[in-house]
Formats: sequence, C-alpha cells, structure tokens
Amino acid sequence: MITWLANPERFTRVFAPIRPYIGGLAAVLFAWGLYLCFASPEDYQQGDTVRIMYLHVPAAWMAMMVYLIMGIASFFGLIFRHALADAAAKAAAPIGAVFTALALITGSLWGKPMWGTWWEWDGRMTSVLVLFLFYIGYIALHASIDDEVRAAKSTAILALVGLVNLPVIKFSVDWWNTLHQGASVVRMDGPTIAPEMLWPLLVMTAAFHALFVWLWLVRIDAEIITRRYRTLRARLSFQ
Amino acid sequence: MSTKINVAPHAALSLLKRDLSLSLTRGGGPLLAVGFYLTLMAMIPLSLGSDSTTLSRVAPGLTWLSLALASLLSLERLFERDYEDGLFDILRLGPLPMEVIALLKCLAQWLGTGLMLAVLTPFVMIILGAPVDAAFISLIGAILGSLSFAIIGGIGASLSLGTRKGGVLIALLVLPFYVPPVIFGAGLMQAYLTGAPITQALSLLCAYALFALALGPIAMGAALKSALS
Amino acid sequence: MSLSVTLDKISLKKGYNLLISNLNLEVGSGDAISLTGQNGVGKTTLLRAIAGFFSPQTGKISAFDDHGLIDPIRFRTEFIHYLGHHDALSPTRTTEQELRFQAQYLNANENNYQFAVQYLNLSPLLDLETRLLSAGQKRRVSLARLLIAPRRLWLLDEPMSPLDAHQRDLAARLMQDHLSDGGIIIAAVHDPLPFETRIVHLTRPDLKAQEAALVD
Repeated sequence: MITWLANPERFTRVFAPIRPYIGGLAAVLFAWGLYLCFASPEDYQQGDTVRIMYLHVPAAWMAMMVYLIMGIASFFGLIFRHALADAAAKAAAPIGAVFTALALITGSLWGKPMWGTWWEWDGRMTSVLVLFLFYIGYIALHASIDDEVRAAKSTAILALVGLVNLPVIKFSVDWWNTLHQGASVVRMDGPTIAPEMLWPLLVMTAAFHALFVWLWLVRIDAEIITRRYRTLRARLSFQ
Repeated sequence: MSTKINVAPHAALSLLKRDLSLSLTRGGGPLLAVGFYLTLMAMIPLSLGSDSTTLSRVAPGLTWLSLALASLLSLERLFERDYEDGLFDILRLGPLPMEVIALLKCLAQWLGTGLMLAVLTPFVMIILGAPVDAAFISLIGAILGSLSFAIIGGIGASLSLGTRKGGVLIALLVLPFYVPPVIFGAGLMQAYLTGAPITQALSLLCAYALFALALGPIAMGAALKSALS
Repeated sequence: MSLSVTLDKISLKKGYNLLISNLNLEVGSGDAISLTGQNGVGKTTLLRAIAGFFSPQTGKISAFDDHGLIDPIRFRTEFIHYLGHHDALSPTRTTEQELRFQAQYLNANENNYQFAVQYLNLSPLLDLETRLLSAGQKRRVSLARLLIAPRRLWLLDEPMSPLDAHQRDLAARLMQDHLSDGGIIIAAVHDPLPFETRIVHLTRPDLKAQEAALVD
C-alpha cells in the first residue's frame, strides 16, 4: 500500500479529491471544539486559565507527533529512496514548527497566572524548546542546500539523528532538573480529569489532527508540483 | 580480501597523520579556538563582576558553555577544504570506508584543537575560582566532553557541506545536541564541588561520548556520501 | 589479466533531473573512450557513477576480470583512478607531502613513486607548497597518482585542459602506455584526445523520458 502510494502522481490522484473533505472536517471540529472550550466549566483551581490547556495540550502532542512522522518519512526516503517520502518530510516540518511554537507560547501564557512567571525552566518546557530548535535547524538546513535530492538526504539524516537524540536530551534535561529544582512547581497532571473537561480536549485534539493532515496534504502536493515544474523547466533550457 | 586487512591500517595512519598536521597548521590551527576560549573566559568576570563567590558558583557552567562554543569554531574547516579540493574523491577510491574516513578526520581535528581546549579547562576553572584539587576531574570531564563535541560537531559539518553558510548553520544544527554533555559536564563539576558523588555524572558523560562515537560515523558517512555523489 | 566494464541500460539523475537515460556501453582492455557532449549533459556525472560514487537510478554497472564478476567495492577501491576538475592538493602542504600521502594511502611502493616523479619531471616541484603551483603544474602533479598506484581503469575529467602543448604530449604518451599495458581510459573531453579513441556522444533524454523519470 505504501509502495503503491509512493508514486507521486498516484498519490496526487488519490488524495486530491479527498482533501477538501479533510479541510472541512478540520473546520467543523474546530468550531465544535472551541464551543466546548468556552462552554465547559471553570476549573476549581485554575479558573478560566484552564481553557488555555485545550489549545496547549493538543499543540504539544502534535509537536511531538509531527517530528515522529518526519522521522519515519525520512527513514523511508533515505532507505528506499522514495521521492514522495522526501516531500512528505519536508512538507511536515514548518507545520510541526508552528505547533511547537504554539505549545511554547500557550504554555507561557498559562504559566504566568498559574506559576507567576512567563517561563519556568522545568524539564518539559526545556525539552519542547529544544524540539523547536530541531525544527528550525531542519528547515534552515533544507533551505541552505541547493540540490533538492541532497537537501532531502541531508535533512533526513538530521531528522533521524535528532530522533535518536531526543530521548537522550529529554533525559539529560530531566536529570539537570533534579539537580537544580528547588521548590516544586504546580504540575498540571492531576490524578483524574473531569469528563466535562475531557470532551473539549478530545475534540480539539481531533481538530488539530485533521488540520495537520489537511495542511500536510496541501503542502506535499505543492512540493510535487514545484518539483515537476523545476525539472521540466530545466530540461526546456536544453534545446 | 587478505590484502585489504594489510592495507587499511596503513591508509588510516597516513590519513590521520596528514589531517593532524593540517589541523595543527591550517588557518592558525588550534590558536584560533584557544584564543576564542580564553577571550570568552576573560569576558565572564567582566560581565558578571569580579566577586569571587559569584564567580566560583557559575564557573563550572560557564566554562562548559565556553568549551562548547570554542569547539564549534574549527568545525567549518573539518571537511570543507578537502571537499572543495576534491580530496574526498581520492579517499573514496582507497581502502577505507567513508565512516572510518570521517571518524579519523574528526579525531585528527579533536587531537589538534579539542584536546588543547580540554587541557586548558582546569586552568580556566581555577582562574575563575574553582579549587585546585578540582583540576584533575575537570580535565577528565573536558576530555570526554570535547570528544563528544568534536564528533557530534562532525555530523553538523558533514550535513552542511557545500552550503557556504558554514559556521552559523553548523552552530544552529549542532548546539541542541551539545545540551547533554554540557549538562553532564557542568553537573559533574557541581557534584564534585558540593561533595556529592560524581560517579553518575561521570558515567553519563562517558556514555554520551560512546554514543557519539557509535552514531557519529554512521551519520557522517551517509552525509558525506550524499554530498559527494 | 583482462578487464572489461559493462554499463547496462543505466539512467542517471542529478537532483530530480534525468541526465542520462538507458545508456549501454561496453569497454575492454586497451579501449579508450572519449565522452563528448554539451556542457551539463552529464559527462562528469557518468564518470562519477562509473567510479562508484553513487549508484545509478536504474541499470547496472559491472566489471569482469579473468575470474568473473568483480565485487563492486573491490572494483572501486582497487581498480579505479578518478581525476576530476580539482587536483586534490591541499594548498599549505608541499608537493612531496601530498604525493607521499597519496602513495601511502593507496598503498603504492617506493619504486612507482620515484618512477612517477621522474616520468612527469616533478622533482623541481617537490619542495614547493602546492598553492604556489600553476594550474598546469597542479594537473601534472595529479597525473602522478596514475603512475604511483597502478590501477586498470582511468576515469579522466578534462585531463588535458590546463596543460600546454608540450605537457599534452607527455600526458598523451602516459595514456597510450597505459592502454598498451591493457588498461582502460574513459575521458570526458571537449577536444578529442590526440590518439585513436572511441567517441561516445551524450545527448539529453527527451522531455517524455524526463517526465516519466519524475515519478520514480
């Protein structure tokens, strides 16, 4: 199935008609999710601030998931030389970077009323910051190499090295945290989550996923078309 | 097959010798990185004030940060010159696989500059207020750390080969990967100075150097092969 | 000991551009091939593919000696010399240091080294740093590699371009000696080499092939 779809033309043909529905689904889910966000009750401890969580948590999940997807696509691009996998990895990067930035910004906005500071150097936030730097490095490297195939290969290697390193960095940051953390900060993961808060979270998560898939498909398609244009244009200079 | 086994150490040795002599002479050699390292060290009290209690508290961390930054300097030259001169084309037609070539080049560069920085590290820490008896442990830590920096840095250098963005791009790619050794290294000094057990930090530092030694050649080999195709 | 190299329907890409499509070529001991064609048609890319620096998009490059098929890695590391546009000389090292390094790295013996220095008249250059050499001198120094480590297949990219008339004669004699010893030369050239060669003219694949290659 994957091999069958790895042909860029077939991929375009299969997904182009489905794409608007995915975009529509994302819109509907966002409308529903945002309604639930504001309709849900205040948290007894966090008050209205808890609503930031409905954006923050899915964004943070997506930040990690998109990087994982990039890693998997890079692996396929590197090992099996699938041109589509290269396009998929490249297309996912800026989306992932935006989700990561969103997670950092919403985290910071939530932290101010809750912790009394815009930024707490705790293990989780620091790791997400490093993840953001990975995205920036990936995009910068892709933009710096002129030859597209080489750019795809080099960034794929970078993505895989990053994927292997992320747990190590996460571990080191956690270890550093145990050395330096004095008073413990308020942690948001309580033992249970009330169902009226679970619903908006679930719907928003689904909405983020749909949004990602939609944007991703659009960007992959754009990538395929650009590549096609460039190649044929270069050939035309050779009459 | 049997001839190959005879040939390879010879080739490896000649490559190591050539690169070591180049890393010691080319572009001022280790002088550049050493000068940068010492300048950073001199800037620390100038920016934080000369109060010795403050200085000795931040000395281990800032020394490790300076070591990481100084290690970045020589990376740009690591593969770029030989790539532009076309030397890699000869190297690939010889007996050594690309992974070994890359590793040897990193090690030669490390012996030429990283090791010099490591040797300086105890002196820098002492000048910034660490006790003299911390010299040995800071030397061990700096040797392990600079080795990790050199090899992880090599990955960044091989990936950005031929981009002509050199230094800044390498720094952007590589610095996030420098986080663990900086944390472990500074943690090692912290532990030593506060009298806590140092084995955990030391073994983590060792483990990261081994991890870099295992991962680095594979990644560099793949990146160089792709750059040279 | 005879050597033959077969290119079986190979297609090569640079980036996403298809440069060479379905090329067949067979060369044997004593053959000299001149690759001709417009700039950017893929001469260098073809030489680098034969050198094993990357594998072709489709098709196969194989080499045979008296014992049959040669393992591709052994072929790359024991049978091939590649002389590219760049002379692979580090500017701050002397000619002798660089040649000695190449000799050691490619496991050549002392006699060959002395022979190469004498043949190409390199002794006046030995103690000079290579940045002081002219383009022609540099090329002469890189030709020395061909003699220092004897290898059967020479892949030469514009070998004559920086050389003057006298040196061209010298280089041509060097190549002819190699051919009469049963070696093979494949050279990318603009002007034909000054001796009998087989000419292979490369052209761009048509748009259709180009477009079809996009989907692989």
